[in-house]
Amino acid sequence: MLIRPKAGILDPQGVAVQRALPALGFEGVENVHVGRLVELDVEDAAQLQPMCEKLLANPLVEDYEVELLGGDGGA
Amino acid sequence: MLFGVLQFPGSCDEVDALAAARRVGDAELIWHRDRDLGGADAIVVPGGFSYGDYLRAGAIARFSPAMESVIDFARDGGLVLGICNGFQVLCEAHLLPGALLPNANLRFTFRQVELLVVESDTAFTGACAGGERLSIPAKHSWGRYYAPEQTLAAMDAARQVVLRYAPGENFNGSLRDIAGVRNEAGNVFGLMPHPEHAVDELIGGSSDGLRIFESMRLAVEGARA
Repeated sequence: MLIRPKAGILDPQGVAVQRALPALGFEGVENVHVGRLVELDVEDAAQLQPMCEKLLANPLVEDYEVELLGGDGGA
Repeated sequence: MLFGVLQFPGSCDEVDALAAARRVGDAELIWHRDRDLGGADAIVVPGGFSYGDYLRAGAIARFSPAMESVIDFARDGGLVLGICNGFQVLCEAHLLPGALLPNANLRFTFRQVELLVVESDTAFTGACAGGERLSIPAKHSWGRYYAPEQTLAAMDAARQVVLRYAPGENFNGSLRDIAGVRNEAGNVFGLMPHPEHAVDELIGGSSDGLRIFESMRLAVEGARA
């Protein structure tokens, strides 16, 4: 599950990273946002969305995407 | 008047909350695994870093057995005060609108703040005068109050914003300078600053925080009378 701050809500982590990159010589960087990645093994993939809604993301301030990596977990 | 003060693994302000509550009534701790609230007349969800604040501040504490009982208690009209991490827990539990996000400056900040009492006709500020200033400390890194614009407008219309940071005091970037909000029914209140740390002028020079606890006592005893 990929969880990121909703567009339009101040993302100070993204702003801090965006300011740091030019200091290291990386120019032309814009719209940096920092989210988080949750990896897990689960038998029933139908549980993933309710997991995000209930606990893993806060839908008020975060968007999430679910990606299925197949039977062996893609590890 | 009995206050029940929740205690999660990672709470750190429950002892001060207990001491503050005991200045106006009786108070007992409630361990996070207890479903029994011990007959408390009001609940305090204290500050700290419940369950390590992993994932998001307050996200895991919200599902503790004690919080499940607090949610029922609140739905039945019981008074619930959430301070700092407790405010975050109450938002995660959907007992209060909105969310607390990382401070705009990304820094943990500990300082005395001046608050404006926007609503004094509430169960949590009844001992204050409208427009009065309270001086109490704040200490957090996740205190930037956020709610969608439509929610903010509805909250203003329903007089749910109880405390705002005074001009120049909004150090965390909260929308509309919001420092403390109540639910629509008016029995659940959360704030980021710490009234329980400002109950004796000997320490910190202000006892303004005591007024929040005193207001709750008046509300509970008024409802009984």
